[in-house]
Amino acid sequence: MAVEHPLATPAGDQSRIHDIGYRGYDGPRLGRAYARLSLYSQTLRGSYGLGRSVKSKALPMLLFAVMCVPAAIMVAVAVATKAHDLPVSYTRYAIIMQAVISLYVASQAPQAVSRDLRFKTIPLYFSRPIETADYVQAKFAALASAMFILTGAPLVVLYVGALLSKMDFAHQTKGFGQGLLSVALLSLLFAGIGLVIAAVTPRRGFGIAAVIAVLTISYGAVSTLQAIADAQDSTGAVPWIGLFSPVTLIGGVSSALLGGTSAFPGGHGPSHGQGAVYLLVIVGLIAACYGLLLRRYKKVGL
Amino acid sequence: MYDPTVARLTYRALLGRRRALILGALPMLLIAISVVVRGLAGADDQTAADLLGGLALATMVPIIGVIAGTGAIGPEIDDGSVVYLLSKPVKRPTIILTKLIVAIAVTMVFSALPTLVAGFILNGNGQQIAVAYTVAALVASIAYAALFLLLGTVSRHAVVFGLVYALVWEALFGSLVPGARTLSVQQWSLAVAHKVTGGDLVTSDVSLTTGTVLLVVVTVLATWYAGQKLRSLTLAGEE
Repeated sequence: MAVEHPLATPAGDQSRIHDIGYRGYDGPRLGRAYARLSLYSQTLRGSYGLGRSVKSKALPMLLFAVMCVPAAIMVAVAVATKAHDLPVSYTRYAIIMQAVISLYVASQAPQAVSRDLRFKTIPLYFSRPIETADYVQAKFAALASAMFILTGAPLVVLYVGALLSKMDFAHQTKGFGQGLLSVALLSLLFAGIGLVIAAVTPRRGFGIAAVIAVLTISYGAVSTLQAIADAQDSTGAVPWIGLFSPVTLIGGVSSALLGGTSAFPGGHGPSHGQGAVYLLVIVGLIAACYGLLLRRYKKVGL
Repeated sequence: MYDPTVARLTYRALLGRRRALILGALPMLLIAISVVVRGLAGADDQTAADLLGGLALATMVPIIGVIAGTGAIGPEIDDGSVVYLLSKPVKRPTIILTKLIVAIAVTMVFSALPTLVAGFILNGNGQQIAVAYTVAALVASIAYAALFLLLGTVSRHAVVFGLVYALVWEALFGSLVPGARTLSVQQWSLAVAHKVTGGDLVTSDVSLTTGTVLLVVVTVLATWYAGQKLRSLTLAGEE
């Protein structure tokens, strides 16, 4: 493109843009797919602080360690006592550690999107071949993958430990698969919610507080309401109340469809039918998050 | 020791534009839940105490405290505009004290006031529960605001550390390790609330003397140290 451009000027006008000697690029053009992949891998690395300063590695690595250590301890105890089953089921583990998972998504979701908004680099991305959908997909997929690594790693520790202590192979493998499915759903859901909230504000600190408020306050509120409904003997209402917070949504699907035990007060987990409603709500929420992100970036990308 | 201009700027930073709406969403949620619970369960003292203790004091007050405390100074240090404030002939402890007063006021308005309203909705202040938890929220607001304002001057990741303290230390460790409760703003403020009402429904794991002394010490020390930090503040680059 470095040749002279004759401009649409009136005849006789001698003005034109000259080639001032910039070197052209004639190497391979790697295109949209490559740009999207790069954005994905950079964001994924960034969510564990790789390629960033030591200070920003500390928190994600610490949370990762906090996620895995209880699993290692459980395995050690199970091996030492020659137990026949793990003290905690695969699907239950993420629900117990929900505070750590919430903190992780709250700290890394703004990290993934807020700085681009704050320094107004979004239009620069979109001046390249990638489109709005590519940017959103790359960021969403990267954060979901980071969450999946965070929540999946302790399950691997549990599974390996269970096999080492010679627990029933078929039973453990089935539980492990169900656990992976539930944390995959959890990763997508939490990443979506975190990104939608973080993409609204260019202030990192504010984004963190907003994400954590949405995740923990909704969980606190739902748990309180469930406990009260249980105490009032309106046990039919317990599973329906669970629809209103991300953590109980995942917990409900795990107990109804993935063979886990219910963590709801009084053990009133959702039935299979309600489990299907839970699953529908989760899929709907993930789709809604994706749609909202697309809409948001259509606006800020200009 | 109080500078009206700094106060006005801080108020605008905390409540400007849509931020007041987001800060207001949490209290509205608490009140909405109280209405639902009152409708479902009727007026019950134990339920009211559980809801105010579990949701209002344990979750809402610390989160509002984190937003107000770190938000009063964090963003300014983060984007570097604090140098314009520091270059003015205003003493830095004055700046901190002013910002602290604003943060305390915002925390109190957005957490203690809704707690009182929610308490009255839940059981009409039976056994002084609403007043007890409001007192606890007022006292906790002061300590939280001072603590999180200090965090805002110390670290760029103040919000995360504040939340880790509020949610992991106070909620998680506090429920697992009894010793951790001695070092918890929530328990100190409950001790004060227990003394105010004298009821059995509001209890604390620390004695009144310990609670008050620790509250005062933490608030004063945090404010003093924040002033010292601001005196020797260096602006770091992005990451």
